[in-house]
Amino acid sequence: MLKIKNYVKAESLEEAYELNQKRTACVLGGMVWLKMGNRNVTTAIDLSGLGLDTITETEKEFVIGCMTPLRDLELHEGLHAYTHGAMKESLRHIVGVQFRNCATVGGSIWGRFGFSDVLTMFLALDTEVELFKGGRVCLWDFVKMPKDRDILVHIIVKKTPIKTAYLSQRNTKTDFPVLACCVSLSEDGVKAVYGARPSKAFLLEDEENILKDAQTLSEEEKKEAYEKFADYAARKVPTSGNMRGSAKYRTLLVKVLTRRALEAVGGMSDEN
Amino acid sequence: MRINFWLNGVKKEEEIRPDTLLLDFLRSLGCYSVKRGCETANCGLCTVLVEGRPMLSCSVLAARIDGKRVMTMEGLQEEAKEFGTFLANEGAEQCGFCNPGFIMNVIAMTKELADPTEDEIKEYLAGNLCRCSGFVGQTRSILKYLEYKKNQEKEVQA
Amino acid sequence: MSYVNQSLQKKDAMALVTGQPVYTDDLAPKECLIIKILRSPYANAWIEEIKTENAKKTDGIACVLTWEDVPKKRFASAGQTYPEFSPYDRLILDQHLRFVGDAVAIVAGETEAAVDLALKRIKVKYRVETPVLDMHTAKDNPVLVHPEENWESKFPVGADNKRNLAAKGHEEMGDIDAVLASCKYTVDEVYHTKADQQCMMETFRAYCTKDHFGRLNVVASTQVPFHLRRILGNALGIPSSKIRVIKPRIGGGFGAKQTEVCEIYPAIVTWLTGRPSKIVYSRHEALICASPRHEMEVHVQVGADENGIVKGIKVEALSNAGAYGDHSPTTVGLTGHKAIALYRNLEAYNFDYEVVYTNVQAAGAYRGYGATQGIYAVESAVNELAHKMNMDPARIRELNMPVEGERMYDYDGNLTHTASCTMDRCLARAKEMIGWNEKYPCRDMGNGKVRGVGLAMAMQGSSISNVDVGGATLKLNEDASYTLSLGCADMGTGCDTILSQMAADCLETEFDNVVAFGVDTDVSPYDSGSYASATTYATGNAVINACSELKKRIIKVGAGMLGVDAEEAEFDGKRVYAGDKEVSLQEVAYKGTCGNTQELQVTTAFSSKISPPPYMIGAAEVEVDKETGNIELIDYVAVVDCGTPINPNLARVQTEGGVSQGIGMALMENVQYSKEGKIRENSFMQYKIPSRVDIGNIRVEFESSYEKSGPFGAKSIGELVIDTPCPAIADAVYNASGVRVRELPITPEKVAMGILKAQLEGENHK
Repeated sequence: MLKIKNYVKAESLEEAYELNQKRTACVLGGMVWLKMGNRNVTTAIDLSGLGLDTITETEKEFVIGCMTPLRDLELHEGLHAYTHGAMKESLRHIVGVQFRNCATVGGSIWGRFGFSDVLTMFLALDTEVELFKGGRVCLWDFVKMPKDRDILVHIIVKKTPIKTAYLSQRNTKTDFPVLACCVSLSEDGVKAVYGARPSKAFLLEDEENILKDAQTLSEEEKKEAYEKFADYAARKVPTSGNMRGSAKYRTLLVKVLTRRALEAVGGMSDEN
Repeated sequence: MRINFWLNGVKKEEEIRPDTLLLDFLRSLGCYSVKRGCETANCGLCTVLVEGRPMLSCSVLAARIDGKRVMTMEGLQEEAKEFGTFLANEGAEQCGFCNPGFIMNVIAMTKELADPTEDEIKEYLAGNLCRCSGFVGQTRSILKYLEYKKNQEKEVQA
Repeated sequence: MSYVNQSLQKKDAMALVTGQPVYTDDLAPKECLIIKILRSPYANAWIEEIKTENAKKTDGIACVLTWEDVPKKRFASAGQTYPEFSPYDRLILDQHLRFVGDAVAIVAGETEAAVDLALKRIKVKYRVETPVLDMHTAKDNPVLVHPEENWESKFPVGADNKRNLAAKGHEEMGDIDAVLASCKYTVDEVYHTKADQQCMMETFRAYCTKDHFGRLNVVASTQVPFHLRRILGNALGIPSSKIRVIKPRIGGGFGAKQTEVCEIYPAIVTWLTGRPSKIVYSRHEALICASPRHEMEVHVQVGADENGIVKGIKVEALSNAGAYGDHSPTTVGLTGHKAIALYRNLEAYNFDYEVVYTNVQAAGAYRGYGATQGIYAVESAVNELAHKMNMDPARIRELNMPVEGERMYDYDGNLTHTASCTMDRCLARAKEMIGWNEKYPCRDMGNGKVRGVGLAMAMQGSSISNVDVGGATLKLNEDASYTLSLGCADMGTGCDTILSQMAADCLETEFDNVVAFGVDTDVSPYDSGSYASATTYATGNAVINACSELKKRIIKVGAGMLGVDAEEAEFDGKRVYAGDKEVSLQEVAYKGTCGNTQELQVTTAFSSKISPPPYMIGAAEVEVDKETGNIELIDYVAVVDCGTPINPNLARVQTEGGVSQGIGMALMENVQYSKEGKIRENSFMQYKIPSRVDIGNIRVEFESSYEKSGPFGAKSIGELVIDTPCPAIADAVYNASGVRVRELPITPEKVAMGILKAQLEGENHK
């Protein structure tokens, strides 16, 4: 059982940061994960009084407060439109509405869980995190950083013209994915992110330029290129086995979901 | 620590431990409708409304409801009876243990979704497990209830 | 007005839907000591030393018990009629720990925090031994799960603790090898089912108090109040007369609560301390140290002649008891009996079984009770046989299914004749509902997805013949209402309601004029409990008999008031009359309280020499993604012959619920062990039961026969309905994908890998 000695509703990020410097302190996210553990927390730091539970959309970016419930991300019209529904697709399978009302985006991202749909989704976008001390850091760099005592304040998604598709395979509809795949297509080319491999999300870039001129190809050629990229993904994306699926099956899924996601994002039109 | 909040419309001030979970706290206040079916936030039995939002009370610290409004089924008896009659008319309440959490989420759904399709209903309620009914009787009762509410509104307008 | 065959609301419905505090933990006194159990981290270990001083000294701790503090006489915790078929192989706490999660110590204290702290302060020195984890190598393994000398089997079920056998047996009719050899077509395959978990939403729980007579009062979420009383008496070494068991509303059971799982802990704590105590199992405990389905490997050989007549079936079942033998000899019996009896033209059959002890969670009773495993295996084998013969699986059923008045090798191995049965109509209707003729075997949807259909048949019983006892006490109250006192256990299924419906019809009174009461072992009539599909049939018959008897007494009292002989008087539910003289029921009821010597109360017991099977057909339509192997259940059709449905709504929901559990078993529910024997699916995060978005549509219809021996023509329904999804879905998946999965659950991975393998082998299914 989770044990908490003191509970502090932080009045400022500075205060929260100071309190969090002790190893036995803990910043509270949505609590769905934290409360399952057996931690002994001396000071639980609650950020919920700091107005960090909103999504602000500007012309250039979305600024998402760390305390924003997953359900709000799912329902946000701007994110829905920008991601062509991928944001909602990445979230709607997560347990249930009440769970997503509790779980926060900050908790999900800070945890850097391998199975995380949320992390997989944001990694496929042009995302930065804003840390209280560390400032703005590219999400990919953040994922590689060891967990320190800083505080995740915002998640910022830049409105880079992009097309995304999110696909996942699950043993049951509301289970963790056996594999999640988010493909984004921008002017810089294709980025494919794989979650639940089952370890931490993996980024695959088109190093072999398989899809370099995909826009200019005919439907037939495009299809062929997508197949080729899917094969390339199956070769490149490391997978392993756990109770939800074997490495071999995951690699099969890498291939299938990559091709389908590419087909979904289609041949990068000018619509963005 | 001390918290102030509204429980089923009544203002309360209570002393709590910082690690008390809302579920246990509500039961200690006599809200026995709030049930625990798991420890992993997967079953939905503990659903209550915090500021109108359906939340898993197993995953909310009681400390966090300071200044907030919490509703359990004890405070929504009329709504529970109204929908519950439809559920019972299908025989789908069965053992009843999942009913409060399920019905709380149905109430939340009717406030959040206007005229939902059957698929939308199922998706909204996917986090409410039930092992007795096989769910289809629950769905029947919801569809009939929504139809009834629609007709009721029409009558009011007429 | 007749209430039978009407979809009335359950009597307790409004209390349940409005969240009233009617369950065990809602009723437990606030001052209850909280009990938790220290559990073994090892699959096979001995306690060499256990130090509890520091735990006992912890503030707020009332009691810490270890194996040294409990009686040394072994008992069975299976809720079965005495003498139990299950071996007496348990102690409340044992020095020998037999699975990960086995109980090491009991701690009771004022608060959960105090108990948690005390648990940490218990120091145990374990001698860890090699466990037996593989059921295939368990028999005659040098490692014995129960080496102890005081292990006891009260019944000759082939159990032998020195061979790791909880049961072993053989049954046969005719020369199976010769018959199979004569068959033009045969199938010989092995089917593997897992130790699926019941997952009722309310986990195991109980609380105890001592009353003013010093007796132990047990309020428990149980299906077997009377058996529980005996089991607790056995375990504590005290007479059952010292124990009273009360069953409040309970949050589902499905067989899990047909075993004493947690009740012994508050029982011993309160017995020893005199203080009220309670235990509430976590979901984790409910998944690792409770009472799931027996994992089984069922080897089936089945043969048919060139016309599709199934002539021989050979079933060999290997069942995994786990660490204790509760329900082991009995579940495995159904594995053969209920599956083999489905085939009416058999010239020979063989049924061999072994139930082995291993060092994993002990299995128990789960809806279907062994029949589910056997029917999955035999129905799958027959589907495979049909494909081999190029015969429609529906057709092979038509040729071989049970038919009213025709032969059946019944559940006791006797050649009898099928009584009430509409299996033929069930099949015809199921085919219509699912569109079998149009959809069989599959349809390519043109988007990489293929839809396939599959079906299976099933039967179960209605009570255990010559064993189960249904009981009813019926009394006329002063206000002319009736109280129907029951000893069976409504676990949400609605038996309090349907039995009241029967009583209201028999007594020609209003449904609301019948008050249902149960269960309190001090007051309620003896009843075996709610299991073995017994309640509607056995207790229903007891209710009918009680009504007839009480009516006679009402007439007798009324006749006395009228000054006529009882033979001359009649009763129509409202009045006793003879000629133009009459007294109202109300007057008779008042008379019952004034100068009356004729008791207006009766108790009846019912037991049956037969166990009439209910029948059903289940048909599934699935859509398989040929690349990912993903399986969508599109539609499930169930057509059931349960005799007269006493309450069609409740019978329908029973079916929908059972089918849904069967879907879980077929497609997602899995139990895997680490190499140390730890269950990996130990929470609802890992053990996935179906949610409402996983099950597609379930459609239920009834094709009712009339069972002459049943109450109002009724048979059972509760267990039957879980039996068809596994074989029907397995065949639907095969018809869609060409992949035959013989180990449950049928996961997308197994299908995808099967498709891949077939492609590699250059096979082309169709």
